Amino acid sequence: MLSLYRHAPRRLALRSMRATHSLPPTLNSVTEHDLAHFAKILPPSSIISTFPPSSVSSEELEQYNNDWMGKYRGTSTTVLKPKTTEQVSEIVKWCNERRIGIVPQGGNTGLVGGSVPLRDELILSLSNMSKVRSFDPVSGILVADAGCILQSLTDYVAPYNHIMPIDLGAKGSCQIGGNVATNAGGLRLLRYGSLHGTVLGLEVVLPDGTILDQLTTLRKDNTGYDLKQLFIGAEGTLGVITGVSILTPPAPQASNNVILALPSFKNVLPLYEIVKRQLSEILSAFEFIDRTSYDLAVKHGQGRALSDEDVQGAECFVLVETSGGRREHDEEKLADLLEFLLEAEEPLINTGVLSQSPAQFSSLWALREGVTEAVAKEGKPYKYDISVPLSSFQDVVDGTREHLRSKGLLGDHAVKYVVGYGHVGDGNLHLNVVANSYTPEIQNALEPYIYEVVASHRGSVSAEHGIGAMKTHALHYSKSDVSIAWMKKIKEIFDPRGIMNPGKVLE
Amino acid sequence: MRPSPARLLNILVPVKRLLTVNRAVDYAVKIRVNPQQTGIDLNVKHSMNPFDEIAVEEAVRLRERLKDGVKSIKAVTIGPPKSIETLRTALAMGADASIHVETPESAPAPEPLAVAKTLREIIKRQDGGVDLVILGKQAIDDDLGMTGQMLAGLLGWGQATFASKVEIDTVKKEAVVTREIDGGGEEIRCKLPLIITTDLRLNEPRYASLPNIMKAKKKPVEKFTPEDLGVDLTPQLETLKVAEPPARVGGGKVANVDELVEKLKAAGITAA
Repeated sequence: MLSLYRHAPRRLALRSMRATHSLPPTLNSVTEHDLAHFAKILPPSSIISTFPPSSVSSEELEQYNNDWMGKYRGTSTTVLKPKTTEQVSEIVKWCNERRIGIVPQGGNTGLVGGSVPLRDELILSLSNMSKVRSFDPVSGILVADAGCILQSLTDYVAPYNHIMPIDLGAKGSCQIGGNVATNAGGLRLLRYGSLHGTVLGLEVVLPDGTILDQLTTLRKDNTGYDLKQLFIGAEGTLGVITGVSILTPPAPQASNNVILALPSFKNVLPLYEIVKRQLSEILSAFEFIDRTSYDLAVKHGQGRALSDEDVQGAECFVLVETSGGRREHDEEKLADLLEFLLEAEEPLINTGVLSQSPAQFSSLWALREGVTEAVAKEGKPYKYDISVPLSSFQDVVDGTREHLRSKGLLGDHAVKYVVGYGHVGDGNLHLNVVANSYTPEIQNALEPYIYEVVASHRGSVSAEHGIGAMKTHALHYSKSDVSIAWMKKIKEIFDPRGIMNPGKVLE
Repeated sequence: MRPSPARLLNILVPVKRLLTVNRAVDYAVKIRVNPQQTGIDLNVKHSMNPFDEIAVEEAVRLRERLKDGVKSIKAVTIGPPKSIETLRTALAMGADASIHVETPESAPAPEPLAVAKTLREIIKRQDGGVDLVILGKQAIDDDLGMTGQMLAGLLGWGQATFASKVEIDTVKKEAVVTREIDGGGEEIRCKLPLIITTDLRLNEPRYASLPNIMKAKKKPVEKFTPEDLGVDLTPQLETLKVAEPPARVGGGKVANVDELVEKLKAAGITAA
């Protein structure tokens, strides 16, 4: 009770921030009676609940109820951690009959509040489903439980000279099921494409408890509607993904990276064209970091900084990575490119640094990947993950900063930094607003402003983070009324009682 | 009385080309023993030994501090033709010139004593003499950690090993070096010429910037063969077998304290 009281003022503020969220009034809370039933399905070690027999304190549920940014807080009483698909099926079936809302949860590393309950829904953690089911080193097809951590899958396929087609900052905690449910993008998308292409099959427990087994390992299968695509990016609103079949590419034999310092953002696009043309098939990442993001990453110890001389006069930075099959070939290509860039009549770059060792390779990547963490250490981040035309990246960042300034919200009292970084190759900008605290004033200044800017560019309000609880009200900026109406019809067909991840994606 | 002019230092930095596992697979991937059990799996990338990188960085920082007090920084390596890449990295970081003692592609890696003898011959041949040799304290592939000490012995020079801080007085021809020792640091004063071996905390090596990488391509590389120097690099040691540590055997769960005590006793562990 005490802890509830302690958080009350903050929760009130948050509630006003997302006043549009509502759960179907027909959903029931978990009761002692339900726990007795779950105890028949699961061993005691798989049940964490404030109800007997486990009777834990609500603090022990905090890591499940709260997202990692501390922005979204649920009040669930019960977490279930099944080990098998059959157990998931039994649980879901019971919840459907009892009309209990379910929040499927993976690594809980999401950025839009999609993996935590809005109220007191049951949390279904997939963490205990962490076995690799099969791997074929010839085809590279991996079949794994949904709860496998991305990093451990990367480690699993590494001895067979394969890599996961997806890589992101949260790889040490995020789970493959969650990656698929949110259609996570990340750092390798430029090279290997989205999960809509690399996922070959899924096993899903539907909201009535039926197990939909589409866990095929076929690369080609044109036999009717491709149902699995519906669950990729549905954020757990249509069913619980319990197994994933995914195509892993062969591991590159050689990788290099370089950070280039640019005098002006205007040079990013011409640079991208040249890099794409000259590096061709070995280009595996082209990432953009603006100066403020870079300074924050360095300030918070994410990777070793470049020398003062190298960063002087740089307005932004670009990280280029190559991956290929033969080191000498790749290095020659890269060296030619760098020489071309430096010796051009009107150079697009000031200077740059080329990693000379595996340690430096990691350190350069840390400067880019560490921005997320640095921003979270600096203050309370409002994170917008948008797709807009490349040419408008900087305008969107600068425009947002000016907008906040005009509202008197820029400064140490409210918003400290507005930063932009992201995947240039994918047209995906991460716009982060770092504030002292989450307040309704800042929230109202940012939204719908940013969404309107995105809509004016015909962009996406969520390029890779998803809709979750954060952006349900903004869905219409990127999707037409017709699209949303059909999404609702699909939801109604799969989940007529509205128990699956209620309040997420669709209002 | 006018102070005597500062002596111009000549610094030699031996660097080793190393086999490390390619980060493309995974930076933290386990090094595997090859099936013949004669060494590690060669599916690897070549880069400079990290302690040698620290040595190059320290030489460059000494120049930044002492300005014209440092006359030359020369990097030297022993190895097959491709080892020149390692010299280019040292040159891109700020060395002025380099020496490559070239060995055939198939030649085994030279042992510390042979490396030290080779370095002695190179030092003899430097016109302006050598005042300071900065080496990595060990290579991370074979972990031998002896070359610096052997070289000091062969030359009859002083040595400051495991350095975490280096200060040079060019007028007094002295160095004050802080060494990493068990339980803290040891500060020693040494006369030049001197051998210094670097420890991890000495500095953090810089990135090679693109303009410097371009400049490095034009810097001189002097070539020798072991025969030119009159040294024999044939190994004196024979590797019998390289094996991985035994795989960890999974533990078991005990139901209560009594069972635990019983198992500990059975394993021969008793209270002291």
